[in-house]
Amino acid sequence: MLGEGILKGLAETAKNFAGSFVSAERLTTVEYPEQRIPTAENARVFPFLIYDGTDWEAGMRCVACQICEKECPPKCIYIEKSKDKKPDFVGKMQIYPAKFDIDVSVCMSCQICVEVCPFEAIKMDTEFELSTTDRFGGLLFDRKHLAKSNEYYHEIHPTEASEVDARLAEEKAKAEAKAKAATQAAAAKAGAPASGPAPGAAAPTAKAAEALPASKPAGGGE
Amino acid sequence: MLEKADQLFILLRNWIVGFLPAGWQAAAGVVLGVIGIVAVFPGLFAITTVLERKGLGRMQNRIGPNRTGPFGILQPIADAIKSLTKEDIVPLNADAVVHFLAPVFLVVVVFMGFAVLPVGRNMVLVDMDASLLFYFAMGASTEVSIFMAGWSSRNKYSLLGAMRAVAQMISYEVPLLLSSVVVVMMTGSLSLVKIVEAQNQYTWGLPHWYIFTPWGCAAFVMYAIAATAETNRSPFDLPEGESELVAGYFTEYSGFKFALFFLGEYLGMLSISGLGTTLFLGGWSAPLAALNWVPSWIWFFSKVMLSIVVLIWVRGTLPRLRQDQLMNFAWKFVLPMTLLDLMVAALWRFLGDGWARWVVCSAILVIVYVAAGRAGMRGKHFGPRTYRYAE
Amino acid sequence: MSFVFWLLAAITVAGGLAAVLLKNLVHCALALTVVFAGLALLFLQLDAQFAGFAQILVYVGAVAILVVFAILLTRSSETPKDGGVFSRTWGAGLAISAAVFAVLGWVVLQSEAGLPREINVPNVTVLQIGNALMGRYVLPLEIVALLLTAALIGAVIVAMHEKGDAK
Repeated sequence: MLGEGILKGLAETAKNFAGSFVSAERLTTVEYPEQRIPTAENARVFPFLIYDGTDWEAGMRCVACQICEKECPPKCIYIEKSKDKKPDFVGKMQIYPAKFDIDVSVCMSCQICVEVCPFEAIKMDTEFELSTTDRFGGLLFDRKHLAKSNEYYHEIHPTEASEVDARLAEEKAKAEAKAKAATQAAAAKAGAPASGPAPGAAAPTAKAAEALPASKPAGGGE
Repeated sequence: MLEKADQLFILLRNWIVGFLPAGWQAAAGVVLGVIGIVAVFPGLFAITTVLERKGLGRMQNRIGPNRTGPFGILQPIADAIKSLTKEDIVPLNADAVVHFLAPVFLVVVVFMGFAVLPVGRNMVLVDMDASLLFYFAMGASTEVSIFMAGWSSRNKYSLLGAMRAVAQMISYEVPLLLSSVVVVMMTGSLSLVKIVEAQNQYTWGLPHWYIFTPWGCAAFVMYAIAATAETNRSPFDLPEGESELVAGYFTEYSGFKFALFFLGEYLGMLSISGLGTTLFLGGWSAPLAALNWVPSWIWFFSKVMLSIVVLIWVRGTLPRLRQDQLMNFAWKFVLPMTLLDLMVAALWRFLGDGWARWVVCSAILVIVYVAAGRAGMRGKHFGPRTYRYAE
Repeated sequence: MSFVFWLLAAITVAGGLAAVLLKNLVHCALALTVVFAGLALLFLQLDAQFAGFAQILVYVGAVAILVVFAILLTRSSETPKDGGVFSRTWGAGLAISAAVFAVLGWVVLQSEAGLPREINVPNVTVLQIGNALMGRYVLPLEIVALLLTAALIGAVIVAMHEKGDAK
């Protein structure tokens, strides 16, 4: 209580004052908006929908399963399913969202929608300069506004995007392998009635034998 | 030539007054002096706001305002335009007359305090026999205006802030007065002009400022603490703490009245720094006998701005004190130390000239300070906190 | 009896009247502050600098605050009294105050007759007041100091007791 703590504090602020003119360590602010500090890689602001390829409607990964709509805590997502189907990245016919609205004035950036999405269709964006003069309509982002390409995702979150791409490629490979096995088995089965029951009996075992090694690497790679 | 620069404003005033008939000259002289004060000190207030915002910013690792004018020096003009054009909101249930009078009273009383500060050689507006007492009388009247502001807003937070502010100001009034009384005792006069003239002597080129004596240094430290508390300045700014009480007693004020409160607070800061300079730092006298060629008013204003810089520096460094810590500090530590300082100053006078009195007085003050400090530290456990949770 | 004196006297009397006639208690306290300031200005008009400034410092700076604190801490300022500011026994009050005023006025007028007629007002400096306090009037000074100390200790004891009871 003799005041030496105060003197030490005064010395520290004096160092701050003098140092802010010479070193960047003591002056950590920049002249926004002329200069900007780049955001960290795991920054997150509001969600966006990913599409593969160049056509945002055809390549959109979202299949309108509505899991994110149910899990969203402030309920800011509104989805309407489509009546028809379109093929997804492995070729399977899926429904797609006819309407996908996020009200970013309600969204609290909790990232739960990203965590629960099974299709890697919704990810977090880093754009924060979203101010608008329209308080209600300007902050309601529709499907077109939310759709951003996979290349953009690689730009803002490189490591995450690479991981996601690797996972999707693996799933696609697995699905293709399964499809190939299925077509081979169907072809074998189609050729079976011509050769009689013995090849027919051998074919299911061959199919089973082929299916087993096909599933094992998929199980090992999981 | 240097004499002319030193007495520049006096000569200017005499020249202007010379144009008027003889009966009007005295009154005109006073009016010119008042105009001078009203022009200079709010100008210093504007410079202080820029210094504070930029200085605090740099101390907090950020740049202060830098968009208005080069390096933000035109920021006070922007602030003035903003406060003049904002809507003046008076709460419906507020006491309109008292609500209006509170900032007016504060600014009037603070301006009156400037009338007795000797700004330079022969440059004081009113030379009274009891000018120090007048200054403290004006300082004590600011408490009434703070209470008026807090009560008339009909807001429990304002009232709470006003009560805290008044309690704090009353508690620190006593150490403020007692540390000034030490100077009065050694000078033998309450007149500020005589106090500065007593400090304007030089031995071996060094001045006789009171801060260079042991009792004067201790009194200066206590005066600085009490002055910081009187003007509600960090670390004693609980009454206007933005995180506790919104804005304390001026929560309900907007627009120009808020600007008047702001003006009153900063002018109070300038005024009490001016008094501290006069009492302890030698007023308008130069630090070395060789530097007497610089005009005296330049020295005065430099010392006042130096005190302001130190006040801003302390604001940027220390955390806010809690109300009970404030009061404990005032009554249990600062007040006994000022009384001790009075006795040490008397001892100084009676020990005669020579080096013995320096050693004895410094020893007494330092030993008592260290002992009181250590005694205060005993029984306090500093270290990581231990928590006791409810079962 | 110059114009300044009449002006200051008018302000003081108006403040005093306001202090007893206003409904809101805090307004009355502020009017009382105006009375104190008016008295200080009257002292200054008589060239008694020390008395005037000490009046402001002590009365406006401390006593007025004390009065205001007392009003606020006893919470009687919230509702103005119904039935006006005059109590039922206002006649007796008026009679007593008139009697006191008569006695004081008679004393002042008698003493004015006994004062020596001086042409120039003596300029009393603070040095002379200090010398008188420490020389001729040192006993009253010490007795007053003792009284103030006793009051301070008493206040602290009363406050401590209340805190003890509350605990």
